[in-house]
Amino acid sequence: MARTSAGTSAGTLAGTLAGTSASSTATKESAAVTLAGVSKVYGRGPAAVRALDQVSLDAAPGEFVCLIGASGCGKSTLLSLVAGLDEPTGGQIDVGGRVGLMFQEPGLFPWLTAAGNIELALRARGMGASGRARAAGGQRAGQLRAGQQRAGQQRAGQQRAGQQRAGGRGIGRALTRAERKARAQELLEAVHLGGFGGKRPHELSGGMRQRVALARALAQEADVLLMDEPFGALDAMTRDLLHDELDRIREGRELTVLFVTHNVREAVRLGDRVVLLSSRPGRVLAEYPVPIERPRRIDSAPVSQLAATITDRLREEVSRHAQ
Amino acid sequence: MPSDSGTGATTLAAGFGGLDALELAPPPAGRRVTARKVWSVIWPKLAAIAIVFVIWEAVHLTGWKKWVLPGPGVAMSNLWAQARTALLWHAIATTLERAVIGFALAMLIGSVVGALVSRNRPLRSAVGSLLTGLQTMPSIAWFPFAIIFFGLNTAAILFVVVLGAAPSIANGLIAGVDYTPPLLLKAGTMMGLRRVSLYRFLILPASLPTYVAGLKQGWAFAWRSLMAGELLVLIANQPSIGVLLSNYQDQSDMPSVVAIMIVILVIGLVVDSAFGAADKAIRKRWGLV
Repeated sequence: MARTSAGTSAGTLAGTLAGTSASSTATKESAAVTLAGVSKVYGRGPAAVRALDQVSLDAAPGEFVCLIGASGCGKSTLLSLVAGLDEPTGGQIDVGGRVGLMFQEPGLFPWLTAAGNIELALRARGMGASGRARAAGGQRAGQLRAGQQRAGQQRAGQQRAGQQRAGGRGIGRALTRAERKARAQELLEAVHLGGFGGKRPHELSGGMRQRVALARALAQEADVLLMDEPFGALDAMTRDLLHDELDRIREGRELTVLFVTHNVREAVRLGDRVVLLSSRPGRVLAEYPVPIERPRRIDSAPVSQLAATITDRLREEVSRHAQ
Repeated sequence: MPSDSGTGATTLAAGFGGLDALELAPPPAGRRVTARKVWSVIWPKLAAIAIVFVIWEAVHLTGWKKWVLPGPGVAMSNLWAQARTALLWHAIATTLERAVIGFALAMLIGSVVGALVSRNRPLRSAVGSLLTGLQTMPSIAWFPFAIIFFGLNTAAILFVVVLGAAPSIANGLIAGVDYTPPLLLKAGTMMGLRRVSLYRFLILPASLPTYVAGLKQGWAFAWRSLMAGELLVLIANQPSIGVLLSNYQDQSDMPSVVAIMIVILVIGLVVDSAFGAADKAIRKRWGLV
C-alpha cells in the first residue's frame, strides 16, 4: 500500500538526515505520536486557565491509547493539539503520518449523501496533508516547522515527522471519480453500510452516522486516528457493536489510536494502554497497560477488574477537588 | 462483504443489520399527492382571498366614496378585459425583463461582494455596516441621484433595483458563511480542505440555506424598487406596469388602477413562493424540517 511505502522511505530519509541524534532518541523515533512537556493555557493574566500542564506521552505505531479523566482534565484540548487545530502554549508535539479525527457528533456534511461525504474526504486527501510536526515554548513554532534545513540542530522526531509529511503528499495522487466511488463503497461495506451510500445523514440513525464518520476518517488514510468520545452519544448496544467493529477494522493495519472517553470500562475494553489524566490542570496521573487478550468483552471479569482499579484511582483524584 | 472473515465478522454484520433495521423508521407509506392533500393546502388561501373580497364588497356597498372606490366585481371584470389586450402582456413582459436583469445583476454583485467581505476581516469592518446601512435606506431615495446620473432610462431603474437587492443578497451570504457550524469546519480542515477548497466544498454549500433566504429578501426589495422606479422613470413608447399604473392615475381610472395593483401583487407573490419552495426543498434535503 502506498501509505506504508511512503512511511518507510520517510523513516529512512529521516535517519540519514538526523545522523547521530537519531540513535539517542531511538524510542521516540518509533513512536507515532510524541508529546513532550506539552502545556496549554487559555487566556492571559489572572484569568488564565491552565488546561494542560507538562503532559508527556508516547504512542507506538499501531498502539491503542485511551485517555481518561474527570471533567476539566483537558482530554479534548489534548486531541485538538495533536490534530493541529490548536497550538500548544509550551512543549512539543510530533506526529508521524496523517491524522484523522472523530468527534462525539459525526460532523457529516448534511448536503451530501453518506457516499458523497466519503468521496469528498477521498478527494480532499490530495489537496493538503494533515500530518504535522509542531513545537512551541521558547521558540516560535514557525521556525521549527518541519522540512526546514536544520537537521543537525533539531530533534530527530521533528525531522521524521517533516519527511513523513512530505511523503504524505505523495499518496495524494488524485483518484479519478470512478476510483473514489468504488473506494467509498468499499469503506461503507467495511462499516456494514454497503446499502446506505445513497442516504443523507439525517436519514440514518445516530450509530449509522457515526459509522459513516468512521469510514470517512478511514478514507483519509490516517496513520493516527484521534477519537474524542466518539461513542459517547450512542446507546450501549450500538456502542458494543462499534467496539467490535473498531477491533476488526484495526486488524491488519497499523492504525495508532488516541481515544478519549470518560467511560473507564470502554477504555479498558479497547485500549492497549489506559492513561489517566488529572483535572485542572491536566497532567498524566497514571498509566495502566491492559494485558487482557483480545477479543475482549466489556462485561468480562478481567475488564471489570481493571476498570474498578482505575475507577478507584479516578475517584481519589476527583475527591481531591472537594472543598 | 469482502473484508469480513470468520464467524465473528458475520455476527457483527448481522448485529449491525438488525440494529439498523430497528433504528431506521419504516419508510413513509405512499407519498401520493391526493386531491384531498392539494385541497387541504389550497382552501385556507382561497378562504383568505374570499374574506378580503367580502370585506371589500361590504365597504363598497356602504357607499363610502362610491364615486372613486370600485367594488371587486368591477375591478375583476376590468382586469379580465385588460388581460385580453396585448398592452397588458407587453407591459408585464417589459417589467419582468427588467426584474430578471436587475435581480441577476444584484445576485452577481451581491454574491461577489458577500464572498469578498466574508473572507476579509478589514474589508468586513469597512463594508459590513455600510451594507446594512444600504439595506435600510429606502431605495426610492436613490432615484433623484439615478435620474440625474443616468437620465430617464432603463439604466436608472436597474441601478436602483440592484442597490435595493444586492445588500440583502450579500448579507445573506455573509451570515451563511459566519454560521457555518464549527464542527463541520473542524471536520473539513481535518480532511485536508484548505482556503479555496474549504470554500468550495464546505463553506459555500453550508451557507446555501441562508443565501437563499437572502435571495428571497433581495427579491422583495428588488420588486419594490422596480415598481417605484417605473412610476418615477417613465420611458416613452415602452409600456410597463409602472407606465400603465401612472397613465390610469392620470385618467383617474380607479378600476384599472386596482386591476394593475392586483397584477403587481400576484407577480410578487408567485416569485416569492418560488423562493419559498426552493428554501423548503433545501431544508428537506438537509433534514432541517
